[in-house]
Amino acid sequence: MTTIREWQVGQSLPEVTLPPVSRLDLIKYAGASGDYNPIHTIDDEAKKAGLPGIIAHGMWTMGNLAKLFTPYYEEGFVQDYFVRFQSMVFLNDVVTLKATVKEKDDKAIRFMVAAVNQHGKEVIKGEAVFSLYE
Amino acid sequence: MYQNDIGKRSAKVKNVVERGAVRKFAEAIGDLNPIYWDEETGKRSRYGRNIAPPTFPRVFDYGVIEGLKLPAKGLIHGEQRFHYKRPLFVGEELYCYAEVKDYYEKQSSMGQLGFLVIANNGEDADGNLLFTSTSTIIINEAVRKAMSV
Repeated sequence: MTTIREWQVGQSLPEVTLPPVSRLDLIKYAGASGDYNPIHTIDDEAKKAGLPGIIAHGMWTMGNLAKLFTPYYEEGFVQDYFVRFQSMVFLNDVVTLKATVKEKDDKAIRFMVAAVNQHGKEVIKGEAVFSLYE
Repeated sequence: MYQNDIGKRSAKVKNVVERGAVRKFAEAIGDLNPIYWDEETGKRSRYGRNIAPPTFPRVFDYGVIEGLKLPAKGLIHGEQRFHYKRPLFVGEELYCYAEVKDYYEKQSSMGQLGFLVIANNGEDADGNLLFTSTSTIIINEAVRKAMSV
């Protein structure tokens, strides 16, 4: 059983690199979230909006990033989760998810979190506070 | 342009953390950890049941804020924040509403931008706040100008 408590300031959770973003990923997220804005699924609509092609929902990336914490729900939960959407995610982009311990005490661990594309650019970045049970 | 809307709220809407919706959502973010969907895993967990992923509140109905008019195009999702008292349980009922928290404008390289901050809240049946999901929406200059006419 992995534990999150043992991570120290400066250490990172195992990174996860996602498969290249596919149209089906975004169609599934549209259906699951109810966000049917066509710039995420239909090429012509994305172009009309001045984009080079369809872009991922920011919330798709944010949702993916949270899974770094999913294995640790027996020890605590994600109490606060904040991101800034820095840059767009396009079809076929390869996104890597990261979390590094920034601060820690007996009650919570504060992580810096980010999703980075294949060019090393942060597409989202923010913080997550994982609250620990007694 | 939205200064007068600050503080406006929608009426509360009853929502259920639906099992099928949680599974579909977990699949869509590629997070098929059994804590979200496998009943046995949920029962054996410290929660005694399945829970929902932290960004799941996106799917709830928060009702309509009377008088708040958002442009159909030109909205950019700038920031997103979630705050939780505890994870949400599969099967539980929540009472959800939206509130305009703030509006401000800033000069940027892209012109004068508007920042609209909307909080989506979820309470239990006793009125205890379980989560707040706060979105900062950026409204670009072209849309802002068109709307202020």
